Amino acid sequence: MSIVARFTQQRGDFVLDVDLDLPGRGVTGLFGPSGSGKTTLLRLIAGLDHAPGYLEVNGQVWQDDAAKVFLPTHKRALGYVFQEASLFPHLSARRNLEYGMRRVPARERRVNLERVLGLLGIGHLLDRRPDSLSGGERQRVAIARALLTSPHVLLMDEPLAALDLARKQEILPYLERLHDELEIPILYVSHAPDEVARLADHIVALDGGRAVAEGSLTETLARLDLPIRLGDDVGVVLDACIGERDETWHLAQADFAGGTLWVRDTGLPAGRRVRIRILARDVSVALERHDRTSIQNLLPGAVEAIADESHPALALVRVSVSGQPIVARVTRRSVAALGLAPGMPVWLQIKAVALIG
Amino acid sequence: MTSEDLLAVWLTLKLASITTAILLLIATPIAWWLAHTRSIWKGPVAAVVNLPLVLPPTVLGFYLLLLMGPDGPVGQFTQFLGLGRLPFTFWGLVVGSVVFSLPFSVQPILNAFEAMGARPMEVAATLRAGFRDRFFSVAIPLAWPGFFTAIVLTFAHTVGEFGVVLMLGGNIPGETQVVSVAIYNHVEAMDYGPAHLLAGGMVGFSFLVLLTLNVLGRRRAS
Repeated sequence: MSIVARFTQQRGDFVLDVDLDLPGRGVTGLFGPSGSGKTTLLRLIAGLDHAPGYLEVNGQVWQDDAAKVFLPTHKRALGYVFQEASLFPHLSARRNLEYGMRRVPARERRVNLERVLGLLGIGHLLDRRPDSLSGGERQRVAIARALLTSPHVLLMDEPLAALDLARKQEILPYLERLHDELEIPILYVSHAPDEVARLADHIVALDGGRAVAEGSLTETLARLDLPIRLGDDVGVVLDACIGERDETWHLAQADFAGGTLWVRDTGLPAGRRVRIRILARDVSVALERHDRTSIQNLLPGAVEAIADESHPALALVRVSVSGQPIVARVTRRSVAALGLAPGMPVWLQIKAVALIG
Repeated sequence: MTSEDLLAVWLTLKLASITTAILLLIATPIAWWLAHTRSIWKGPVAAVVNLPLVLPPTVLGFYLLLLMGPDGPVGQFTQFLGLGRLPFTFWGLVVGSVVFSLPFSVQPILNAFEAMGARPMEVAATLRAGFRDRFFSVAIPLAWPGFFTAIVLTFAHTVGEFGVVLMLGGNIPGETQVVSVAIYNHVEAMDYGPAHLLAGGMVGFSFLVLLTLNVLGRRRAS
């Protein structure tokens, strides 16, 4: 199970040249600044545009220009969620949902209507017209509509970009449920590092029409040479599991491969799998353990690599905490003053830890 | 109203209905093509479609007469098919009206297709609808206001036609004598009574058409 996509296209100054072999499961984040070719790539995969190349989804060839194969969009088993919800304004929410479902032969339907309604929390909206729905509700109906065609891949083009922060927060948990409960691989286009960190398992960083980095989310984000400028968003994502709680102080432990972190207790039960995001700017480095500090999370590790940040005053330091990399952003003066070098044992002081789903 | 006048009213309504029906079939693909093509022919085709807006009806009628006449290519073709000659027949009038009213049906449908944009059809394609399927299930319902305007304008414009009819069809009662020509006859004969009746009817009809469009347009905007 995989998605093989090779395309080359030149349009004016813009050149797209990708050769990708993406996992056929989980969420793949196509990530990069605007103009990097994310949406172009997604439209090529959907067959909405054409560029010479080769495309295979879970063993089915959708495009092969060498063999003159080009399946039109409506013959590709895909779901597409556009940036704006794009519900048909002349149909009710129910008829919108049924539009795609009815066009798929009954024996090929694998996604259950009731299940999707529950997953996206839209059961009570069925008789409403699109213009009477909120932006977030509309996007949830649009996602359900795409899912109900039982697609082999779900393409999502910045599905949250047109929504305000509150609506985004409203939709993100639904997207996480899709990720956790459905078997359908998702290609998720976004320029927002926090969305990608929260949802993706695998990421492809695009810049100037080329894939400049690709790999699992945790490994790719921990790379110091990521060619995409993330600025304040540089940081790592760790998979963890909720452990003991400290009821007095409303804190909970999150156990990850390299140790344990204290996080705010959000009421999640012990044993729940969570993602933790640690931004490099929230991590500082010390040569020994300082206990007389307000910082709760102190982890021992060893320096793996040091790299320059885009600003000349700053450097990124990758520290291995029992094999799990964590990136710290410090000043170059600190690197010199502490004499940091690969292999050195250090203590990480982590000021903020974000629980992301 | 004389029976000849009633015949003219009936003929006018028949001509307008048939013209409108034919034009919907012709104008829809032209409008779709104009809305989506990137061909260099888009400009010239749009100009040709809109020519009847600016040409005097006599010019249009004159060329149609030549084309459909015994020596014109269309005329020779219809004779070859055994249909005879079109000028001075009802079906000759239909051909003339279709050409004359073409811009009035293409333009509103074209505007509606352009306002709709490409997105709804793309969405339908990702939901497994083939071209014909999505054209009828998405494009037509979404562009319906444009179709409605096109129907009303084409019908009304054909009812109000005079120059092309006179050039092409003449003045044969029951065959080519429409209301506008009948009014002309009455006035020529200083027969103002029936002229008033028909002319007043035309004013009332036109007023109702424009009022309807206005009311519906405003309801849609709100």
